[in-house]
Formats: sequence, structure tokens, C-alpha cells
Amino acid sequence: MINNVERAVRTRHIKNSVFKWGVIAFTFIAVLPLIFILYYLVQKGVTSITWAFLTHMPKPVGETGGGILNAIVGSAIIIFMACIIAIPFSIAIGVYLSEFPKAGIANWARLSIDMLQGVPSIVIGIVIYEWVVKPMGGFSAISGSIALAIMMIPPIAKATEETLKRVPAGLKEASFSLGASYYQTTMRALLPAAMSGILSGVILSIARISGETAPLLFTSFGNPYLSANITKPMSSIPLLIFNYAISPYDEWQKLAWGASLVLIIFIFLLNIITKIAERKWKVQY
Amino acid sequence: MMAAKSNFFNAEERTFRLSLSAIALILILILVGIFCTLLSASIPSIQASGWKFLFSSAWDPVTNDFGSLPFLVGTLLTSLLALLMVLPFSLAIGLFLGEYYTEGRVSQTFKSVIELLAGIPSVIYGFWGLFVLVPIIRSIETSVGVIPYGIGLFTASFVLAIMIMPYAVSITRQVITMVPRHLKEAAYSLGATRYEVIQKVVLPFSRSGIFAGILLALGRALGETMAVTMLIGNTHSIPHNIFAPANTMPSVIANEFTEAVGTIYTSALIEMALLLFIVTAIVNFIGRQIIKQFAYDDK
Amino acid sequence: MESAVLNVTVTPKMETKSPDTIANNVILKAEDFCASFGSNQVLKKVNMAITRNHVVAVLGPSGCGKTTFVRCINRMHELAPDATVEGKMIYNGDDVYKMNPVVLRSHIGMVFQRPNPFPSMSTYENVIAGYIFNEIKLTKAQKDEVVETSLKSASLWDEVKDILHKKGTSLSGGQQQRLCIARALAMKPKMLLLDEPTAALDPISTLKIEELLVTLKETYTIVIVTHNIQQAGRVSDKAAFFYLGELIEYDDTKNMFTNPKEERTQNYITGRFG
Repeated sequence: MINNVERAVRTRHIKNSVFKWGVIAFTFIAVLPLIFILYYLVQKGVTSITWAFLTHMPKPVGETGGGILNAIVGSAIIIFMACIIAIPFSIAIGVYLSEFPKAGIANWARLSIDMLQGVPSIVIGIVIYEWVVKPMGGFSAISGSIALAIMMIPPIAKATEETLKRVPAGLKEASFSLGASYYQTTMRALLPAAMSGILSGVILSIARISGETAPLLFTSFGNPYLSANITKPMSSIPLLIFNYAISPYDEWQKLAWGASLVLIIFIFLLNIITKIAERKWKVQY
Repeated sequence: MMAAKSNFFNAEERTFRLSLSAIALILILILVGIFCTLLSASIPSIQASGWKFLFSSAWDPVTNDFGSLPFLVGTLLTSLLALLMVLPFSLAIGLFLGEYYTEGRVSQTFKSVIELLAGIPSVIYGFWGLFVLVPIIRSIETSVGVIPYGIGLFTASFVLAIMIMPYAVSITRQVITMVPRHLKEAAYSLGATRYEVIQKVVLPFSRSGIFAGILLALGRALGETMAVTMLIGNTHSIPHNIFAPANTMPSVIANEFTEAVGTIYTSALIEMALLLFIVTAIVNFIGRQIIKQFAYDDK
Repeated sequence: MESAVLNVTVTPKMETKSPDTIANNVILKAEDFCASFGSNQVLKKVNMAITRNHVVAVLGPSGCGKTTFVRCINRMHELAPDATVEGKMIYNGDDVYKMNPVVLRSHIGMVFQRPNPFPSMSTYENVIAGYIFNEIKLTKAQKDEVVETSLKSASLWDEVKDILHKKGTSLSGGQQQRLCIARALAMKPKMLLLDEPTAALDPISTLKIEELLVTLKETYTIVIVTHNIQQAGRVSDKAAFFYLGELIEYDDTKNMFTNPKEERTQNYITGRFG
């Protein structure tokens, strides 16, 4: 009888450790793709990245060398304009949601943020095509920026709302007791205190949109030449990767590997900066 | 003097509040606008095809005969296949980070790795899949004895699974961490092993949250464009096995929208975007409601 | 048949018994027992012997180590990753820390501060949860038997017999706590550990549980952590007073309350700190 119990306990312990090791094994296997991807990116991309790669234009088919200057400049301009549009707008929404959480349209606004976050990026591309590209009569960098700006709203607004909620009530009361108005309190006391949280939200949203390709297909479209005219089509790194990756030319594919590595490094750097921002600049409440 | 000042304050307050409300209203209008724009731009196609649009496999720009069935099927198949592949892994990582190793260097490392996976752009996943994964799949297909396309449903789903894993994991981990300690202790005090606690307490408790995580990952998968476009094979027919090339709604839009000529052709593509918008909105909405319910129940 | 099944779950290893275990009928003995979380020592050289079928109240101010002591008896404190122990804890002649914790815990029942029935299970399933976890197969008749006896012992049967298959969490707080007691009793333990079982309950539910403890002591040995001194006086035969991780005094409850040997005990009992 006792033997039976002991045997049962032993089987249960075996099951217990088999399960644990299964979990560990699956976890490790799931991490393999990242290692694989990074390995290939570095292996294939590292030889392309030179100073010339970053400062020269792509060469026509058949010539070796060439760089991705047009895409780097294009990405910088498009992302910069997206930030100008999205950041003030999104922070204002975050302030609204945290300061007037029960106001009439707050719940609808919160729902809109959630839904907007789920809209597939290609759909946003189509809508901006209808809203901006069609009326303007052609593809343009600014339409790409607007598409990306819409995608930046949810993460920044949420980060702002969450951080402001964590600012202690005492800070607000102190500001009011000094005779400051609501507006002054928000601008001079609350937002500076919440700066690190908002900033990390902003950087994270930049990291997220800087690799977006689908919404740019029908908006900024791409351009083989260097351009700084925001009303004309413009190249960007993800678009260049897409176009060159599916091209049949070795040289172009090589450019695409190099561009991928540049993009990944940029995104990872932003991720690291966010982490540091969260840790180092954290205001002690 | 004082009265004047307070009046000034009131006016300033009101402007401040009003402008914030206006901005929130604009946000809501953007979302409503997205829907209305898609709907109105789809009208020519809806009038031309009607319900047939959902059930027909025709896709002929010359005769303006459009049906989205193969793309609907392709989208559902790639997404579901990806979910199937990702489920055991997201569950395992969720338990690993939410139950076995909740803190310490190991769990921190894995959390960062998963964040990095989430940060890789779709187009790079597609590029990597095209040059690294496709040759591997092709040799598998040769040995299995199916036509070795390399690209196709399976390849696209595989990469899609890697891409949506971080989303599924992050929610699975959160809900598993939320399982109250006092329930786990009750089970341990009755002589349960950790496996039994997981099986009989942790998983039943977090089931709905894990399901919500799957729904949100599904929402991502349905709308994913670039990687799938590069790997699916872009064939306008219903796939006959899981290695066959196919097409998805986002891929068709990405491939054909800039080249589409004629009102009805463009409108048909926009109607597909409308369908995509509605389906992902519903899936996301349900997922978020479940998670809210879950967080509420915990209190 | 029924007793055979139940024997499976309760028979502890009865090997060599130290003479003192048999002579004094001691069920649990702590010898120079220390416990730490990381570098923080929360129990210091505790020596204590608990007699069969006694109710022992463990008293002391918050943070004195009383809960840790009870959790060390069935090794629940090990759920904290940095927990360590020194010294000996002898249960029924076996060193607790050489036993399999899974087996040990199914011999020693535990009831927690907050009622914690499993929300995914019905009242009925909650009672037999121990059997479910320990993968002991019972027939329908055996299950019914276990459920009825356990709920009766926990004085809950009359209140829930018609709603056995509703969720356990739909009961009132006091009923939930008695359900948790029934869940522990269902495993036919020799010993019952209660960690402030009435802390989250109203006075009437508390009274019911106290009455229950008096009837339970005929069958079980009970260790109850409480910071309610009156409660300790009402229910316990012996009382142990812990302060800053040390066992200050351990005596018959009556003696301790009327004539404490230590000044710190006196101060605590008369409410001068705590």
C-alpha cells in the first residue's frame, strides 16, 4: 500500500520535472530565431557598411558599390515630420485622458486609441492615399509622414496618460496652492515631472515606425534619387530594403542587407536609449 | 483686481480644457474617418459585386469581376497556422517568465530578447525568410515530395509565427503573473507539485487572459503585410496544401494597389481593406474586453 | 473499502520512534530550529514540542516570526526562493526536511488568512481538491462520502448541501473559510495549521470557526497563529509567544495568561505593545 503511494509520488515528481524541462526547452528554442536573424544580418550586411555606403547614392544595375544616402535622408525627413505632427497631438490626448478621465468623450477617445493601435498599417496607407495623395495629385513624403504620425499616436498617448497618472497628487496640489492655474500646473509641474515616461514612449514609437513599410507604399512611394522636397515622392530605408530585396540583382540585394543592418542597429539603439531613459532620468516621486 | 485675475484664470482654464477636448475629438474623428473613407471608397465595388465579393474566386481586372475568397482563405489560413505554431512556445515562455523564473538575470535576458524580436521590422523578417528560410523549406519540400516552391503558406506562417510571438508572450506572461499567490499556496499546502499547481490552478485561472492574448496576436497576424507579401507566393487561387503558394488580403493590396486602374478595381482593393479593418477591429475589441474583465476580476 | 482508500492517503511512515515521542505523545518537535530569508534570520533557535490533540496558539506582534514558524512545519516557506533553515523539525519521528514536501503537505493540512477556495472549482470539487492534486482516484461513492464527512466536520454541510455544485467562491467569507477547513480535513491530516484563519472574517463567522476548532481537536492536532489574545484564550490548550524571531515563552494557556514568566509576555498579553 505504502509502496503504491511512494510510486505515485515518484511518477508525479517525474512529470513535474519533465514539464519544467519542457518549458525551459521550448523557451530556448523560441529564442533561436532572433539569434539566426541577427547572425545573418551581421554576416551578410557587415561587409557593405562603409563610410561610402552611408554617404553615396545607389549605383545603376551592373555597377558595383554605391550607397543608400537617399534612403537615409528620406527616412530622416519622413520620421522627423511624423514626429512634429504626432508628438504634440498625442501628448495633448494623454493629458486630456489623465486629467479628465471621466469626461464625456474620454472613454470614446480611449477606445479610439485602442482601436487605432489595432488598425493594420496597410489600411492606414490606403486611407492616407485617399485623404492626402489623391487631393495633392501625387505621392509625397508628407503623406508618408502623416501615415506614420497616425501610427505614433497610440503609444505616445498611452505613455503620457500612464506616466501622468503616476505623478503624485501632492505635486499638483502644491502647484495649485502657489496660485498656479490648471494650464500652468500642467505645463510647468506635471509634464516636466512625467518627462522621462513620455520621452521613452516617444522613442519607442519612433523605433516602431522607423521600420514600417506598408503604409509608405502608397504614400511616400520611394525615389531612386536624393530628394528633400516633401511634396514629391521620397525614398526611405524600409522601402529600399523591400524594393532591393525582391530585385533579381546581387548588388542590390547586397545593398538591402547593408540597409537592413543599419535599420536594425538604429532600432536597437533606440530601444537601449529608452531603457536608459527609464532608469536614469526617472524623477524620484 | 482679484476678481479680474480670477476671471482671466477661468477664461484660460476654459480654453485649455476646450482645446484638449477638441484634440480628443479629432482623434475620435480620425478613427471614424478611417472607417467612413474605406466604406465610401468601397461603394463602387460593393455595387458591382455585392455579396459575391466574399464567395467568388474570380479576380479579373479586364472584365471587372472581383471576388476575394482566395485571399480571405489565405489570410485566415496563414494566421491560424501561425497561431498554432506559436501557441506552445508562447505558453512555455509565459510560464517560464511568469511562474518559474519571475526575476533575476535569466528572465531579464529573455525579456530583452523578446522585446528585440518585437522590434525587428516586418520587411526584414520577409527579407530574411526569403534568403535563409526559403532554401531550407525548399529542401524539406523536396524530401517530403511536394512541389518545391520554397515560398508559400507554410513559409509565410512560420515567419508570421516568429513575428507575433512577442505579442502573445507579453500578455500570457502578464496574466500568469496575475494568478493570486494565495491560490497557488492553497494548492501547495494540499500536497500538489508545481506541475499540478500549474495545470490545476494557474492555467484554469489565466485561461481567459491567455485566450485574449491569442486574439490580439491574431489581430496582428491578420493585418501583417510585408513579410507575408514577400513569402506567400502571391497566387490568386485557393491553396490545396499547406506548402502551396497562396495570397492574403494585405498582400494583394500591397502588390496591386498602385497599379490598379479603373474605379472598380481600386474600389475592390479598398473593399478588402475595409474587410480587414472590420475583422481586426472586432478581434482586437473582443481581446481587449476580455483582458479588461480579467484585470477587473482580479480585484 | 472506504477505510482502505483513506489509509492510502494518511499512513505516515511509522518507523523508529524516539522514546520521547511515544512517551509524551509528541507529534511535532522543533529542535534549535532557525529559518532565514536570504541574510535575514526570522526564526532563532526555536525549541518546542507539540502534543497530540492539543490546540496550540502561536502569539506575537507582527513580524515576530509566528507565521514563518507555522509555514516551516509543512515547508510552505520554501516557496520563497531564498529561504533556508537550520536545526531540526521532527514530525511523527521523521525529520520534516528529509521528507518529500509533497507527501508531508498532504499529511499536514493548512488554512490561510484569506479564504482561498479555488475559483475554477465548485464547492464539491474544492473539498476533494487534495485528491485531485494528488491524483488519487476515487469512485463517485467515495467522493460523496469524503465530501459529506469533511463538510460535516467543518460544520458547513447543512448550509451548502443543496448548492454543492455551485462555485465555491459564491459562498460568504465565513463559509469560504470553513470550506477551506473542510478541504484540509478531507485529506485526513493528523495536524492542522491555521494562519490567522479569522483575520478576514466578521465576529459571527469567527465564533463559528472557534467553536469548530474545539470539536476538531478531538481528532486533530491544531496549531493556530493569531494576534487576537482573547481568541487564543478561548480556543487553545497551550500558547507560544514569539518575539523578534525567538520563542519567548511556551506554556499552558491558562498559566501563561494568569502568570506569565517573562515580562515581555506579560506586556504583550496586557496589550502594552503589539
